[in-house]
Amino acid sequence: MYKIVSKRELAENVDEFVIEAPQIARKAKPGQFVIVRVTVRGERIPLTIAEKDPEAGTITLMVQRVGKSTYHLSCFEEGNSLKDVVGPLGKPTHIENWGNVVAIGGGLGLAPIHHICQGVKEAGNNLTVIMGFRSKDLIFWEDKMKILADRVIITTNDGSYGMKGLVTDALQKLIDEGEKIDMVICAGPVPMMKAVAEVTRPHKIPTIASLNPIMVDGTGMCGACRVTVGGEVKFACVDGPEFNAHEVDFDELMNRLCMFKSLEKVAMERFQEKHCGCKRG
Amino acid sequence: MAKREIIKKRVPVPERDPKERIKDFKEVKLGYTPQLAMEEAKRCLQCPTAPCVKACPVRVPIPQFIKLIEEGKFVEAARKIKEENIMPSVCGRVCPQEIQCEGACVVGKVGDPVAIGALEAFAGDHEASVGYEKFEIKEKTGKKIAIVGSGPAGIACAADLVKWGHDVTIFEALHEPGGVLVYGIPEFRLPNETVKRELEFLLNMGVKLELNFIVGKTKTIYELLEEFDAVFIGSGAGLPYMLNIEGLNLNGVYSANEFLTRIIFMGANRFPEYDTPVFTGKRVAVIGGGNTAMDVARTAKRLKEVEEVYLIYRRSEAEMPARVEEVHHAKEEGVIFKTLTNPVKFIGENGWLKAIECVKMELSEPDESGRRRPVPIPGSEFVLEVDTVVMAIGQGPNPVVVEGVEEIRRGKKGEILVDPETLMTDLPGVFAGGDVIHGGSTVIIAMGDGRKAAKAIHEYVMSK
Repeated sequence: MYKIVSKRELAENVDEFVIEAPQIARKAKPGQFVIVRVTVRGERIPLTIAEKDPEAGTITLMVQRVGKSTYHLSCFEEGNSLKDVVGPLGKPTHIENWGNVVAIGGGLGLAPIHHICQGVKEAGNNLTVIMGFRSKDLIFWEDKMKILADRVIITTNDGSYGMKGLVTDALQKLIDEGEKIDMVICAGPVPMMKAVAEVTRPHKIPTIASLNPIMVDGTGMCGACRVTVGGEVKFACVDGPEFNAHEVDFDELMNRLCMFKSLEKVAMERFQEKHCGCKRG
Repeated sequence: MAKREIIKKRVPVPERDPKERIKDFKEVKLGYTPQLAMEEAKRCLQCPTAPCVKACPVRVPIPQFIKLIEEGKFVEAARKIKEENIMPSVCGRVCPQEIQCEGACVVGKVGDPVAIGALEAFAGDHEASVGYEKFEIKEKTGKKIAIVGSGPAGIACAADLVKWGHDVTIFEALHEPGGVLVYGIPEFRLPNETVKRELEFLLNMGVKLELNFIVGKTKTIYELLEEFDAVFIGSGAGLPYMLNIEGLNLNGVYSANEFLTRIIFMGANRFPEYDTPVFTGKRVAVIGGGNTAMDVARTAKRLKEVEEVYLIYRRSEAEMPARVEEVHHAKEEGVIFKTLTNPVKFIGENGWLKAIECVKMELSEPDESGRRRPVPIPGSEFVLEVDTVVMAIGQGPNPVVVEGVEEIRRGKKGEILVDPETLMTDLPGVFAGGDVIHGGSTVIIAMGDGRKAAKAIHEYVMSK
């Protein structure tokens, strides 16, 4: 079950996995995610579905190595199987023909953004994608996004490729140039999403953020993923993961993402000791 | 039969020393030996009216199985129970016997009631140790039935349906089966092995199990109805209630579901050997007075890092919905009870919980639940310094399963509404039982529902 059909390294610390999961592939809609458990002693990790192929019965996941579980996952190769994959979870993105849509993805945020963009295009929107990376060698999926979007803007922090600066600089530039933007959708690191929301707020551009809180079951059972949206407590796994970015308490989300940091470090150190033979170790 | 002499004192069930048992998650009760079980069985008066049976939600033939234990026929005793209840080892441990069978026991009127629960668990465990006997399966009907959820309601429903020759598939959302029996009840009260062997028995009988399958997401109820002749929803009450007070989203504030799932289901007590972490700090407060609150408090007590565990409850101990036995065990294990106390807000520092502001309560006139209503005493606020707090204030049915299914009506608390006789919802062919129709109740009530629905499902599919 849940065999890895293909795996490739997209950039430093980012892997792309195509996984056999026919039931999920058949149902997955833009914005939805799965929960993966790598081994029998593994934790449940939420990963957004970047792409699906219902005919082949596969889903594509993007994994950034940040801690023990994701490093462990990166040791898995084509032909290996994951212990558990469950989904599709969360509410699908609410997509309409808005007109001019700007989709913004930072690093791993490109996983949800890619799938959402597929839906946005299908609905007949004019689509601009802004992709942000730290530097040129970390860029991935430029080709895929170019096929999908009407325009792709790449930003790098160090200016080694595309526009020098942050995704918000590119977005601000579009706004300053007087471009009419009807909808902004963003996914990526919390500070990035928070910054995007601040850029669009004064212009009253509707903005959706795809959130990435800590989860356990992913089905509304534990409440680990609770976020404050418009002053109300929501469970990102069942009420989201997408919310009105202008209403999300991003500082709280950032704080909650740090809840297990000290323990995650312990797990990572132990993993590195034990897996010194592995190429990732 | 000659009238028996009443033996007032119960044969005590051997238990592990509190000082020892809080070092691990192994079962607290050691259970009867055959000799002790036979001695206790002698206390049963074999009343012909058997009030105990009437007080049992599934009508286990209690005097009969106890007689068999007295005669040393332990396997036969287990099979006698299984005529009505397929999980004696589970129910013997987690049923609230004091308000059911044991509460009605005639011996209990003059002394300790017969230890029906402990005898039931003994019989179940004994049969397991010698090997289960497969029950007879009727001729295949060719009817396919889907069961949503592998907890007590689903297990009981599946067991009857497979016996009657139907093709039964259980769909479970999580990666291990058992539902609340494995994610909600800690091993020191109900060992996972006990649940596992009951489930294995079911699978050996031909019931199919699909894990990682979320009905409502992976497939909808409508899609299931295309493949199956009937559907039984036994998805439980998985949605945690939270106290909507200031500081709810501080780091260190958990729902009971999250806390227990991390530790007893995902193995966080064995972190980093297991990947799932749990942060507790040294002082843990649990809010609530039910069995789940006791389970959380006792679980916290067993974690190495934890030094003090407080249990905060707004009424007095007399009103606690938890079983007396659980309260007693929690106290023995050193849980500090703060009754007539209500949390007002969670106080944080840099995003982390530091303390709970509480207020003392007093009891006034009874409310609609019949319990005396707690009211705050003005000016009695105080601050309790803690590192984590766990809310165990109840849970409701998870809406995911029936989301978008308009025909299935739901009540105020999200509970699925059913015909009380057949447990069928307003969508023909879809039945529901257990916590999903009651909100939070008990394992045995869920099992009773599962069996009741099985009967109605059988009639429904056979007349189709």
